[in-house]
Amino acid sequence: MARAEIVALLDLADGYVEVNRAATKKSNLLSGRTVINVFFETSTRTRTSFELAGKRLGADVINMEIAWSSIKKGETLIDTAMTLNAMHPDVLVVRAPDSGAVKLLSEKVNCAVVNAGDGSHEHPTQALLDALTIRRRKRRLEGLRVAICGDVAHSRVARSNIHLLNTLGAEVRVIAPPTLLPGGIEKMGVRAFTDMPKGLEGCDIVMMLRLQTERMQGSYVPSIREYFRFYGLDYEKLANAKPDALIMHPGPMNRGVEIDTVVADDIDRSVIREQVEMGVAVRMAVLDSLTRAFDSSLKAGGSA
Amino acid sequence: MKVNGSTPPRIAYINARLLDPDSGLDAPGALLTENGRIADVGAGLFDAGVPENAEVVDCGGACLAPGLVDMRAQLGEPGQEHKETIHSAGRAAASGGITSIAALPNTNPVIDDEAGLEFVARRARESKLVKVYAYGALTRGCNSEEITEIGLLSEAGAVGFTDGVRAIANAQVMRRALSYASVFDTVLLQHPIEPSLATGVMNGGELATYLGLAGSPAMAEVIMVERDLRLVEMTGGRYHASHVTTAAALDVIRKAKQRGLPVTCDTAPHYFTLNESAVGDYRTFAKVSPPLRSESDRQAVVEAIADGTIDAIASDHNPQDQDSKRLPFAAAADGIAGLETLFALSLVLVHESRLDMLGLLRRLTSGPAAILGLEAGRLRPGAPADFIVFDPDTPWTIDPDSFLGKCKNSPFEDHPVKGKVFRTVVDGRPIHVADTGNEAYT
Repeated sequence: MARAEIVALLDLADGYVEVNRAATKKSNLLSGRTVINVFFETSTRTRTSFELAGKRLGADVINMEIAWSSIKKGETLIDTAMTLNAMHPDVLVVRAPDSGAVKLLSEKVNCAVVNAGDGSHEHPTQALLDALTIRRRKRRLEGLRVAICGDVAHSRVARSNIHLLNTLGAEVRVIAPPTLLPGGIEKMGVRAFTDMPKGLEGCDIVMMLRLQTERMQGSYVPSIREYFRFYGLDYEKLANAKPDALIMHPGPMNRGVEIDTVVADDIDRSVIREQVEMGVAVRMAVLDSLTRAFDSSLKAGGSA
Repeated sequence: MKVNGSTPPRIAYINARLLDPDSGLDAPGALLTENGRIADVGAGLFDAGVPENAEVVDCGGACLAPGLVDMRAQLGEPGQEHKETIHSAGRAAASGGITSIAALPNTNPVIDDEAGLEFVARRARESKLVKVYAYGALTRGCNSEEITEIGLLSEAGAVGFTDGVRAIANAQVMRRALSYASVFDTVLLQHPIEPSLATGVMNGGELATYLGLAGSPAMAEVIMVERDLRLVEMTGGRYHASHVTTAAALDVIRKAKQRGLPVTCDTAPHYFTLNESAVGDYRTFAKVSPPLRSESDRQAVVEAIADGTIDAIASDHNPQDQDSKRLPFAAAADGIAGLETLFALSLVLVHESRLDMLGLLRRLTSGPAAILGLEAGRLRPGAPADFIVFDPDTPWTIDPDSFLGKCKNSPFEDHPVKGKVFRTVVDGRPIHVADTGNEAYT
């Protein structure tokens, strides 16, 4: 996405934040439209966020949870796409556990497709909501030093944030044990650190990532205890960041693994709850602009 | 002088040939210990007279060098106390001139947590002999699967990580371990044998065929070392190949060092003094892992010590009792009890002019100390007073029955050697004092 597109989406989302805070949240902007949330991976927060976004804009929203195990073959995914397409949805919101799967699906349908997270590849609306959260707090993104910490290797949130923050002129760092830093990450325009206190120096934003439980025992990191000791965000490590640094987490959090509970709940520093609020607004902005864009060029299969 | 008794706060060792491989010092001089540290050392020190309030030890012209740092030994404890204890190993080591030992973690239970490290440290403290450092297991229970808490164990004193006598066979585990450990600037020690190839009980080749024993080919070593060096290149982790025995593997390591990779290696006396023929008539005391190799490999080990490819010489002490060794060759345990013969057997390299005295001492003291990040291995004011007084030329014959260690499994019985340690000092405390036959040495 280009800088101008991102800024326009954020501006639009800003307006929806106010709508969502009002007593009457519902509009009829997408009245008559059908949005299908197709989730091949269980998700509570992203799916609910998209569902609310669609409903508040007046669309008919349907949720589908499909076990990925029944979709292992490419053929079957495409079959699913064609089936869904035959129902004439206006927007498909797709979450899939394999990188690239959403793109494959989008090639087979003639409606707008929103990537709600594909494997370790991208999670664009998460990056947008993070950017909106930061922009509302710091009034800018340009020139901010942002540290993305934790399981960078398996994180779609990290990749989308790296793209977006770089585009908007922030200075991005990633901090992780070397086993969780993917090869060539610095080519994506970040500085990589394996020493967390050093990496946090002078940071305006500290973004923590979730450590997947299956990576905790001995294969990538030796133990939860050791991970928390060297890579968990506590006040001692946070002291290296700027005094007004904001703490973010895409959720769901592992308290005591990647983040100390008291830090996560620090009302002066933590904007984790705010991220959830911004999520709905950003997704409303995405659905709004995507249906409008799709109306103006009916045959292009847009992908946000 | 009483061993283990009350130690005067200041002792002046005079009339010594000071040998410090770290600084290159080789000159007559003296050394003063105070409160466990080297207070002063140097050529010409005390020529004008010794300080009044110090006890004086006249070395009678004998050599005074840093105590040996043995970076690879199995101490039997915990779990095999019938073969060795930290105390019995400490006595054996002291008589052999060793002042620091790094103990392998493949004990029972395995040293893979802080409690294990603390146990070893406590037993060494109680024993009050040589300094005992411990490696942490690289994988839990040495199971080659899950890496241990390398960060926390390093903070708790682990000087490096290894699975002891087992190789990390899984390349992915080794890759992640090297990668992860690089953050903590610690060293990973590999037992460099590809286990799927090394299924034999002695060196693969003509002699194994003749004896009807299954052979482990030399290439099992170089395959593992080459694989690991690729992983080192990829991850930047610090890597140490333990007891390297083959010309091929040494060649690969030599080239890796030339390319600047963070790699070191060691060997043990049996690999440069013996070859596979020591197995001779099924002598289980010559059964070790990796096995004794061919004569050309032995010569390559000597060459590699001389040219610095091999950074350290370790005892590779592996005590085994009669029950473990008096068995058919294939069933017998691996291992040589090496603490008491490490120095004398290594001195062969000096006597055969393969290496000068400082060069040998470097591989026995400052070399291994640098790999493990120990402050030992140097004669320098402020350094711990860990040193030995020895004569490199005193002849004696190795008699395993007189070993202070619990096990006598040495293939060097009746082997004539030269070089005797008269005194071993740890933190200023003499822990071993031998009769020199020299009246000047009191």
